[in-house]
Amino acid sequence: MSVTPLRPASERSGAPRPPQAFLNARLIDPESGRDELGGLVVQDGLIADLGPHLRRNAPKDAAVIDCQEHVLCPGLIDAQVFTGEPGQEHRETLKTASRAAATGGVTTIVMMPDTDPVIDQVALVDFIQRRARDNAIVHVHTMAAMTRGLKGEEMTEVGLLKRAGAIAFSNGKSSIANTRVMRNVLNYAHDFDALIIHHCEDPFLSGKAAMNSGEVATRLGLSGVGKVAETIVVERDVRLVETIGGRYHAPTISCSESLEVIKAAKARGLNVTCGVSINHLTLNENDVTGYRTFFKVRPPLRHENDRVAMVEGIDKGDIDVIVSSHDPQDADVKRRPFQDAADGAVGLETLLPAALRLYHSGDVDLVTLLKAMTSNPAKLLGLHSGRLAKGAIADIILVDLNQPWVVNKDLLASRSKNSPFDEARLQGRVLRTLVAGNTVYQYADRQSAMTNV
Amino acid sequence: MKGFPHRHLLSCEGLTAPDIDFLLNLADEAAERNRDIEKKRHILSGRTVINLFFEASTRTQASFELAGKRLGADVMNMVVASSSVKKGETLIDTAVTLNAMRPDIIVVRHHAAGAVELLAQKVDCSVVNAGDGAHQHPTQALLDALTIRRNKGEIAGLTVAICGDILHSRVARSNIALLNAMSARVRIIAPSTLLPSKPDRLGAEVYTDMWKGLEGADVVMMLRLQHERMDGAYVPSQREFFHFFGLDHEKLARAKPDALIMHPGPMNRGVEIASTVADHSRSVIREQVEMGVAVRMAVLEALSQNLPQA
Repeated sequence: MSVTPLRPASERSGAPRPPQAFLNARLIDPESGRDELGGLVVQDGLIADLGPHLRRNAPKDAAVIDCQEHVLCPGLIDAQVFTGEPGQEHRETLKTASRAAATGGVTTIVMMPDTDPVIDQVALVDFIQRRARDNAIVHVHTMAAMTRGLKGEEMTEVGLLKRAGAIAFSNGKSSIANTRVMRNVLNYAHDFDALIIHHCEDPFLSGKAAMNSGEVATRLGLSGVGKVAETIVVERDVRLVETIGGRYHAPTISCSESLEVIKAAKARGLNVTCGVSINHLTLNENDVTGYRTFFKVRPPLRHENDRVAMVEGIDKGDIDVIVSSHDPQDADVKRRPFQDAADGAVGLETLLPAALRLYHSGDVDLVTLLKAMTSNPAKLLGLHSGRLAKGAIADIILVDLNQPWVVNKDLLASRSKNSPFDEARLQGRVLRTLVAGNTVYQYADRQSAMTNV
Repeated sequence: MKGFPHRHLLSCEGLTAPDIDFLLNLADEAAERNRDIEKKRHILSGRTVINLFFEASTRTQASFELAGKRLGADVMNMVVASSSVKKGETLIDTAVTLNAMRPDIIVVRHHAAGAVELLAQKVDCSVVNAGDGAHQHPTQALLDALTIRRNKGEIAGLTVAICGDILHSRVARSNIALLNAMSARVRIIAPSTLLPSKPDRLGAEVYTDMWKGLEGADVVMMLRLQHERMDGAYVPSQREFFHFFGLDHEKLARAKPDALIMHPGPMNRGVEIASTVADHSRSVIREQVEMGVAVRMAVLEALSQNLPQA
């Protein structure tokens, strides 16, 4: 596998490289709705040209890649990725996370601030940027904590952190219980036009709950938490945004009630958006049966009706973003009794093929599905990537939509193997991933998690 | 000149331009006399002024004390720590008790908004508000106006930017009212967390970006930010506050080249104002203190004219 570290163009050395021509591809640009056969030329890290006129003809001197009518679309932007660096490098480093991302066709990852130390200071934002520049093979952006130490008490230096490069502000895996603190942070962040991304979960209601409350929890004898713990916080936050203004995103809603709150807020013209994790689009609480801790995630997997509501939300465009919520956990914290096991599932490598389940089932059309992982998160985060357009950065993936395969967790590029899709049959795989014009992953170049059926 | 048509000075709200001019003219004269060796006059001879401070203050209390003494009054400072208030007496009982001692003017500072007005309803003498909670501090606005007028000639038409903790500031509320009465253009600059609700309704343009808010200002008035408000509840840190809302040379350059730099004190150097800006040649911060005594003399003199005469 050829791994080219990402460096600013000014630092890259060597002679100018010849253009690369991707011919005979199914070009999909979710932003413009383009879905047609054609070709695309990459030069100097940018998309130099694209369109049907390039289906068969490459510019002179170009290195030609025949895409065999596979999908060529923007690389995915994953707006919720937990890493172990700094502090928990045995779970995941920026390097391993970025390899997992490249394998899964994710060309931009947005890191959560839940590290050790927490990313709540300017120097740490700077540290992440330097580490990513030197070690990661995809783009890495970091969120900063909205309260110091993610404790939900004192706001962080939102202005200075944003200036240092923090792309958004999050309280990580924890919700801010104190409404006054939440209001003040929203109010303060609004002055800097900073995006607030807030995990919605009433900590008093959820307590030590192990899973969704309902029949399955009752049968398994596990403590459950209701959906209301999520919806209450979404509703509260929306009401605050309504009085204060500002940009607010609920990153991982999991039930129809929360979606209704967001839809109503959008209808009132508020600058409110929401996302859902791939787990809540493809799995439900029944998967927990057998006390399988790889299915212990937050928010917990819900009833099938809620999963269906989430899929519908994507289809109708009411849910803006799909995230992997990639959360590497080692065996020590997962191989425990269910109630004591850690939350979280890795997902960078399976995000796209798992999402394609919705396409293959006919629930969501391809362009709409890709939009939630490319142009929508780009718009939310103010990134210029996530689209196929002349002059755009060449963050591109080539995808075979139909190739069937079985996930083998031991072959995942991620350092942690806690995948809920282990042994799952998936359909569709990434053949090639380009970041700023450089191929950072190519299928068949490595022993991947994607063993042919 | 008709004189000052009010029994009390409780607020800048309700003062008209002629009222304010009358006080500033008196204060101008007082300021001149205060620079003489012989500062004492006997306008208030035989009068009793009580300084009743429920909230600690050094400069305002000293300023009122000097003002009263220079006008020949008997001035008594009520120290709250040793008063009956600490023993549980209500504000109204304190007022009635003091009233029985037949003072002529009571100067009151209290931590609760509206407390001075409540006290004024229960006494027969004149009352001067020396600061009530986050409500009003009229003599501060008057001394600021006097300082501006002496440096700029006229207040009308000037653009005055008030920057900092507007939410908790009686100085800001007093100044906004007074400057509006004097036809100045008022801007307030603060992070949203330090702005009250509907700040524009006070008669000010609101900015959360200091660079924009200072553009073309004739006067830059900084407010004090208390330390306990920089711990993450209202503002994340001193460092961040200074970066975005502290008056340094870079931001000051947005204001007019001859803009005045003001601060009601006490200053936090390096928090809301850079040390070198505080000591800038255009800083009139020390002049504000000097004008404080003059304005308070003018207020005592004006109110005494409305008291029963001997």
